[in-house]
Amino acid sequence: MNTDTKKEKSRLKKMVESFGLPRLLITLFLILLLILAPIVGADLPTQITNIIARFSWNGILVLAMVPMVHSGCGLNFGLPLGIISGLLGATLSIEFGFTGAFSFIMAILIATPFALVLGTIYGWLLNKIKGGEMMIATYVGFSSVSLMCMMWLVLPYKSPNMVWGMAGKGLRTTISLEGYYINVLADILHIKIGNLEIPTGTILFFALLAFLIWAFLHTKTGTAMTAVGSNPTFAKAAGINVNKIRLLSVVMSTWLAAIGILVYEQGFGFIQLYMAPFYMALPAVSAILIGGASVNKASITNVIIGTILFQGIVTMTPTVMNNMVHMDMSEVIRIIASQGMILYALTRKTEGSK
Amino acid sequence: MNDQKKTLLELKNIQKDFFGNQVLTDINMKLGEGEVIGLVGENGAGKSTLMRILFGADMIRETGGYGGDVILNGEKVSFSSPFDAIEAGIGMVHQEFSLIPGFTTTENILLNREPTRRNVISEVFGDRLDTLKRTEMDERAANAIEMMGVDIDRNMIISDMPVGHKQFTEIARELSKEQLKLLILDEPTAVLTEKEAEALLDSIRGMSERGIAIIFITHRLQEILAVCDRVVVMRDGYIVNEAPASETNVTEITRWMVGRDVEGKASSVSTRTHENAKTILSIEKLWVDMPGETVRNVNLEVKKGEILGIGGLAGQGKLGIPNGIMGLYEAGGKVVFDGKEIPLNSPRRCLDSGFAFVSEDRRGVGLLLDETLEWNIAFPAMQIQNRFLKNYLGGLIKWRDEKAIKEITDKYIESLAIRCTSSRQKARELSGGNQQKVCLAKAFALAPRLLFVSEPTRGIDVGAKALVLDALKEFNRESGVTIVMISSELEELRQSCDRIAIVSGGKIAGILPASSSVEDLGALMLSQVI
Repeated sequence: MNTDTKKEKSRLKKMVESFGLPRLLITLFLILLLILAPIVGADLPTQITNIIARFSWNGILVLAMVPMVHSGCGLNFGLPLGIISGLLGATLSIEFGFTGAFSFIMAILIATPFALVLGTIYGWLLNKIKGGEMMIATYVGFSSVSLMCMMWLVLPYKSPNMVWGMAGKGLRTTISLEGYYINVLADILHIKIGNLEIPTGTILFFALLAFLIWAFLHTKTGTAMTAVGSNPTFAKAAGINVNKIRLLSVVMSTWLAAIGILVYEQGFGFIQLYMAPFYMALPAVSAILIGGASVNKASITNVIIGTILFQGIVTMTPTVMNNMVHMDMSEVIRIIASQGMILYALTRKTEGSK
Repeated sequence: MNDQKKTLLELKNIQKDFFGNQVLTDINMKLGEGEVIGLVGENGAGKSTLMRILFGADMIRETGGYGGDVILNGEKVSFSSPFDAIEAGIGMVHQEFSLIPGFTTTENILLNREPTRRNVISEVFGDRLDTLKRTEMDERAANAIEMMGVDIDRNMIISDMPVGHKQFTEIARELSKEQLKLLILDEPTAVLTEKEAEALLDSIRGMSERGIAIIFITHRLQEILAVCDRVVVMRDGYIVNEAPASETNVTEITRWMVGRDVEGKASSVSTRTHENAKTILSIEKLWVDMPGETVRNVNLEVKKGEILGIGGLAGQGKLGIPNGIMGLYEAGGKVVFDGKEIPLNSPRRCLDSGFAFVSEDRRGVGLLLDETLEWNIAFPAMQIQNRFLKNYLGGLIKWRDEKAIKEITDKYIESLAIRCTSSRQKARELSGGNQQKVCLAKAFALAPRLLFVSEPTRGIDVGAKALVLDALKEFNRESGVTIVMISSELEELRQSCDRIAIVSGGKIAGILPASSSVEDLGALMLSQVI
């Protein structure tokens, strides 16, 4: 009898361990919010629509974490660098006068060379400071954002839709995508049942990129990337050029971030410049960690689960909490969840290496 | 002469195992006041463990303590930390320096035992803030240095010193402790020049005259004979012999050290000669910058189809040879394989030419600990030879062939008897012996033409040892692969190899047939030790 309950307990403990305590708590919290939502008077289908929409916007930014985690470069805190490449693509596409869906394709095409060049420089830098990647990445992100804050003002953009009205130069902080590529992906095969909407196109686009990454990790080079992350010395002894593989992962990550921000914008409806990229890295990092990834292991499943959980909490808490306590708690909870998750993951890294 | 002196230290039936792996068995030893004994033995014979027990090192307690009694001055003692051991009058000079680089000699010698004077601040905040009495410190340091009989600068900063002086500073620190009765010197001369070593030996004699007993661990047997009263020889965790230094000689000690089989009869396996075989690998003027295993100038020829053993003491450079050739550490020289020169410092080029390497650092270099056995075994062959891949779009996409990977893994799991739950188990979860078999499987899967195996049996149990060695021999006999096997265990080399090259001082000291006597091989080992 006693041993039975003990067994039961240890099995439960094992389950919790394999699923991860934080992930479990956040899942339970999200379920609680979903149950509470109708009770406090929020419309459940609208809430679910929100979660799905936000998932579709953010999925690729979270996916951008995967290559660098695999190659052992850690979590890409330098995500803003890729985002900036995306923003350059977006603004230049508009500047050159492209409109509609074509402006989206052009934005991707223009962003790509920026992402490749910046990613290469970033990757070269990360190869110089092995072991301290994540800290350096954070500062690369921060400083690139600050540099671009100046550049957005100085660069000779002319398009009246983007520059400050009075001065006629310098880009605005927020640029509407109306008439350009707003919802270009979301509107493909768009589904609407009552209050429930699904941006099928965006999700399919995410699925395509996720599939490509998954497939890449099953190829020879992808296998080498995972091995480099798992044990660089082993990889070196097996004749792998470790630096080259790491560089490739950083370029991939940067490019995905550039595409990710364009997809985000088409759903959100605006291009956000200046300090906006600054705040994009941490949510993406914590999303993949909530999804169950660690500093050196991440899968596509981690990306999907993590993005749903993280975005679920971000969207649900304001509605539910505001209705319950009439006080805006959402920001506090978001910060606790995201920063706490990062902290937890970083402590787990040292545990794993023992 | 020991009989007249009072017994200072007695060890009775000391036993120690690490997780079931017996490293010390039934150690009995007596040490009189002022007596100098030389403790010798191969690497892994248990010398360091024994000294750690004496010194109350933490790692002994953490791994389950030890059996038997340590009796100091007629009282049974059991130190729970090195501090207790120091308190009781035991001093130890380690192989690695434990000095503060930015402090002067004097400060290091008297660290934490400085004579102090109370001042206003320390009256308030406690004695950690007392003023140091610099002049008295100087005097005490000078005394300690004088006791050694060498001249080192008291005010020099440690980081500016030659290694020899650092070693003397460590010894002076121990000497400056007034309660010191027993000093353990763990290979103190390893880093000293000849002249400095000479001075150290003199100071050992001086200390002995003052009544300090000394346990002197070294690989340089001449030094032992020159300075010690008695020699104690350890092997495989036993004390195999002890003798007054005046009644023995280097050859005899060597034989005690290395010979499992004191008669020194031929190895059990018939050795083959490959005199007529062509030279498949020739190494000329090889140097390798591998920390702790520097290779200085190695010239070596390997015959096709043989198993060549490379032996030697730790730190003499035997491990540097394969690591340098395989491009894991910076190397220079000329390596010719089958008529073609192999560029150094490029792991890929070596692997492409048909070399494979089983590293001595199983966990660090040999395995992907967090990946499956399938990955571990198939990875190098996949990356280097494009095997276990399916090609799509005319070879543009190289897809991992999971089925082929599983097949080859299962094949090796069966043939090498790797004990695991499945081919998808993580390498980390296997025991040391089974991990080693995975490393071998990884190398075999490459179907190499030349295989370097470094310390194939390090840290694995007897059963697995035999299996690993047999697997290597079988691989050599059946596939005709030339094997270069590097090992610290002479007996293992004698059993498995055809010829044995002994490395000493970063050079090949000589090559002998595997049937040579242990004494001959042992003499070579010690011939050029630096």
